[in-house]
Amino acid sequence: MSTSANFEIRHSWRTTAFLTDSTLCIGCKACEVACKEWNHISEDGFDWSGFSYDNTGSVGHSTWRHVKFIEGDPQPGKGGNAGDGISWEFSSDVCKHCEVAGCLEACPTGAITRMEFGAVYVQPDICNGCSYCVVACPFGVVQKNRKDGRAFKCTFCSDRQRVGLQPACAKACPTESIKFGEINELRTMAEERLRELHERGIEDATVYNPMDTSVGGIHAFFLLRGDPRTYNLPPKPEAPTIYLKDGWRSAGLVAGMLALGSLFAFLSTPARNSKNS
Amino acid sequence: MTQPARPEQVSAMAREARLLSIRREAERKGRAVGEGIRPEGAPFPKASPETGYYGIHLLKEPQWSWEVPVYFFVGGAAGAAALIGGVAKLTGKDERLARDAHLVAAGGAILSTGLLISDLGRPERFLNMLRVFKIQSPMSVGAWVLALFGSTSGAAAFAELVERRLDIGPIRVLGNIAEGCSAALGLPLATYTGVLIGATAIPVWHHNIKTLPMHFGMSGLASGVSVLELVGNGDSPALNRLGIGAAAMESYVGFRLEFMRDPRVNRPLKRGLTGWTTRLGGILSGPVPLALRLVATASGSRRMRRFAAWSSIVGSILTRVGWVYAGHASARDWRIPLETHLRNRCD
Repeated sequence: MSTSANFEIRHSWRTTAFLTDSTLCIGCKACEVACKEWNHISEDGFDWSGFSYDNTGSVGHSTWRHVKFIEGDPQPGKGGNAGDGISWEFSSDVCKHCEVAGCLEACPTGAITRMEFGAVYVQPDICNGCSYCVVACPFGVVQKNRKDGRAFKCTFCSDRQRVGLQPACAKACPTESIKFGEINELRTMAEERLRELHERGIEDATVYNPMDTSVGGIHAFFLLRGDPRTYNLPPKPEAPTIYLKDGWRSAGLVAGMLALGSLFAFLSTPARNSKNS
Repeated sequence: MTQPARPEQVSAMAREARLLSIRREAERKGRAVGEGIRPEGAPFPKASPETGYYGIHLLKEPQWSWEVPVYFFVGGAAGAAALIGGVAKLTGKDERLARDAHLVAAGGAILSTGLLISDLGRPERFLNMLRVFKIQSPMSVGAWVLALFGSTSGAAAFAELVERRLDIGPIRVLGNIAEGCSAALGLPLATYTGVLIGATAIPVWHHNIKTLPMHFGMSGLASGVSVLELVGNGDSPALNRLGIGAAAMESYVGFRLEFMRDPRVNRPLKRGLTGWTTRLGGILSGPVPLALRLVATASGSRRMRRFAAWSSIVGSILTRVGWVYAGHASARDWRIPLETHLRNRCD
């Protein structure tokens, strides 16, 4: 095997990230194909959705990279469009690998762990398919495969990263729309790209990386045009652990009421005639 | 599901009649429904900040099967029964009730464990639940509580059965310790399920996180009381008093849920099948048994108490089923997670 930049041996692990630059995406779905082939993921159905060129709909147990197709009104020049054609936007969605990951916190078996390079990883040999992570993810990423019984999502190509390779989707992307690298470098790169796009008059370009919520930032951030909600990216995703305090306080209160209530019920009533015991 | 007949199998008259029926349907409803057609989406969905990505919901629906809401009911009843048994024994007011309660608790614990294991995608790996303890995961806390509750309530029930035949000191002491532990563990067992579904990304669940433990805990108490009454403790005055208290609290919770603000997030609790299920569950576990029990207290009617018990049990099951499926409806509502101003919890 030839030596390549991909094969650098890492002595200390760096936190890695994805920057998915939608302004460079051409909607070729090479990332979806590469992901499925490398990770041996099963098919995700052959139904026609009718939603542009997207027949998959969202990421799930059998789709770890998912290209969204957004058709807009004709707008000459937008995304390289000619005058009378519809304007296109594409964005390759993926697990966000949250800094505070709802799925990881919720997992009762410890199957979901954080890898050396910051990925949130479901260990398939430990997951017992309780599906609690499914309702804990604020982005709707992780899902149980009912046939298999376990939960699946993007592994951040942990197997590849551990031997110094970049994830399959990033490697297969022909326009470098999917960038992979050290998280701080990519954050700087996103800022620079955003400035460049704004200077070129593309003023609706934004970076989606929710830092000011309980999720605390994500390891797969996106450079988009327009409102992130168009891409089904929630404006304020929350790690469900923030609700625990209210929940347990209420549970404690009720437990106290139950205990005192039953004590009162028995102490305030006469002993039952127990001749039938 | 009726399979549409292939055209060659249908007579020309029937096909003409079908055209007329499509026309009538379109006239009546303003749209016609047929195989391979998406009239609901018309005008065709778009991706926009207001509609999200073609109106596809971004949250995933819960993937629990029917076992989970049933477990919420059984676990709640078993936890409450253990508590009642422990207090009945501690106060020395009712030997018979304490005995029955520990048997009900142990049976409920076995049933709960079975239900939870069969819900797993990989049931043979159920012991993986006990390979870690995570305080930040209500599922982990619940698995440990259930495991310890099952052991202690099983030991308590075993000691009860042994004591009936031979009264040995050490067994009595160990049995009492097990009873105390299972009564104490019954408290979290009956209430944690509210935290379990409340601390999730599902809007209708986490929006009601402060109400859910109260709702489920009181519902558990009511069903525990009711089961014990139906197995032969229908004349216990303490159980009736507890049943009145639980029904009163359930009435209060139901009243608050019915008239709370911010109906957008709580729409699955108001409308559709899930709305009527939770509402019916609330009525059957709140005002109905409350009224029946008050009448029974005044008239001494055992029959009324039996009706109240059955009403509480059915209401409690419907409540859990309704809440779980309200979570499904909430996850399908694509609008909620895209709206920032709804994200604030209010109670």
